[in-house]
Amino acid sequence: MTLEQVFRDEWGRVLATLIGLLGDFELAEEAAQEAFAVAAERWPEDGMPSNPRSWLITTARNRAIDRARRNRTLAEKTSLLEVPEAAEDDVEAGTFADERLELLFTCCHPALSTEAQVALTLRTLGGLTTPQIAGAFLVPEATMAQRLVRAKKKIRAAGIPFRVPPDHLLPERLGAVLAVVYLIFNEGYGGDAQLSEEALRVGRALAELMPDEPEAHGLLALMLLHDARRASRFSGEELVLLADQDSSAWDGAKITEGRAALDRGLALRGRGPYVLQAAIASLHASEPRDWPQIAALYGELARATGSPVVELSRAVAVAEAEGPEAGLAIADALELGDYRYLHATRGELLRRLGRTEEARVALTRAFELADDDAERRLLERKLTEVR
Amino acid sequence: MKYMLLIHQGTTPTPGTDAWEELSQEEQGKVYAAYKELNETPGFTPGERMQGPETATTVRVRDGETLTTDGPFAELKEAIGGYGFLEADDLDAALAVAARIPAASMGGAVEVRPIAG
Repeated sequence: MTLEQVFRDEWGRVLATLIGLLGDFELAEEAAQEAFAVAAERWPEDGMPSNPRSWLITTARNRAIDRARRNRTLAEKTSLLEVPEAAEDDVEAGTFADERLELLFTCCHPALSTEAQVALTLRTLGGLTTPQIAGAFLVPEATMAQRLVRAKKKIRAAGIPFRVPPDHLLPERLGAVLAVVYLIFNEGYGGDAQLSEEALRVGRALAELMPDEPEAHGLLALMLLHDARRASRFSGEELVLLADQDSSAWDGAKITEGRAALDRGLALRGRGPYVLQAAIASLHASEPRDWPQIAALYGELARATGSPVVELSRAVAVAEAEGPEAGLAIADALELGDYRYLHATRGELLRRLGRTEEARVALTRAFELADDDAERRLLERKLTEVR
Repeated sequence: MKYMLLIHQGTTPTPGTDAWEELSQEEQGKVYAAYKELNETPGFTPGERMQGPETATTVRVRDGETLTTDGPFAELKEAIGGYGFLEADDLDAALAVAARIPAASMGGAVEVRPIAG
């Protein structure tokens, strides 16, 4: 394992423990950075310690204690001085509590803006550097740095607690955490693959740390099943529709891991939006496609979420299961106005029904609303079929 | 941690207004009961009662000149209608108390601000 890989894998875990120990984000981050720097210097020569994580935490804590001793005000802010200093190499494995879950709930606290929640989660748990996060979201580095500083300042100043919320707050707060992780994944799905990898890393940790929470498994399953098809979504620069994708290009290991996560979510009697979406994604990854089952699941999801976008997906599935007429009837009843996929879907269903003129109108509307070149070219190809 | 709770009345009916009179006795009783319960919450110090925002006067000094205008600084709907102080363990505890202030659920909102120091 390379040094860089160990750093990426351990960063979130080390930082979370340090925040728990030191009670301060900024202090913990500085200490962690220092420890990782010392490791980068020493490990290549001395070899990696038997327990790299404990070594990193102990080193960071000792540095923080040193600094606190030199700085009285800092010492008063934390209870550091009461902590005895430990030797870096005699720490047993598992001595330090895993506080990634506390960290995740703090980063995704609703008192922070969604943008700040995303940036903090990536910086603290994902192990991305500030320039990497800025690059992934196409904002200047200084803007991202400021966003992170402001968020950390608010956590301290407003007294956002570092803990897993009590039961009565948990459903709402877990919803926010899941939404942030999924948002990061989706941001990466259309662009920077690094973001999707980080979302998977956090998703795996969440499923591991909340083993009884079906939606945590559901979200992980959903992300894995989508990510498995990443390579086949494009042929060169061109978008490939799911129906035309080359399933041999799918990542079999990720599909297997995703289905295992889905099974855990279902075994916990999960019927939440993430479990349902994962179940649909799993059916989409099977040949031949079980369209009636997919349509039924979309129906359940639409009832749970009240989303007309989900209802549109159901229309597509119903069209496959019962014919284009039945699908079109559902699509036509939706109030989605300028939603481009409504027009693209209607265009396709009308084409199949031989209603060429109406199909052309709908596809042209979709073309006008598309904001992505690959999507526009796909619609152009469709339009030539109805000319 | 010490917090200040700033109550923005919004469209919340307040005693002495027509909107208040339109509330049933039961609804009015609920508001009084909620305030009573709030005032008895450990750590909560109620602010003094204020008259309505329509009685407010706003003063600005620009280039040495004093400009006085009728009404609150914010829009009437967003004006401060009351305040209180709360000693709480953390933000979650403060938010839970803020949510129990009637204005929060009757068309207004409560801003939770940590006190410096």
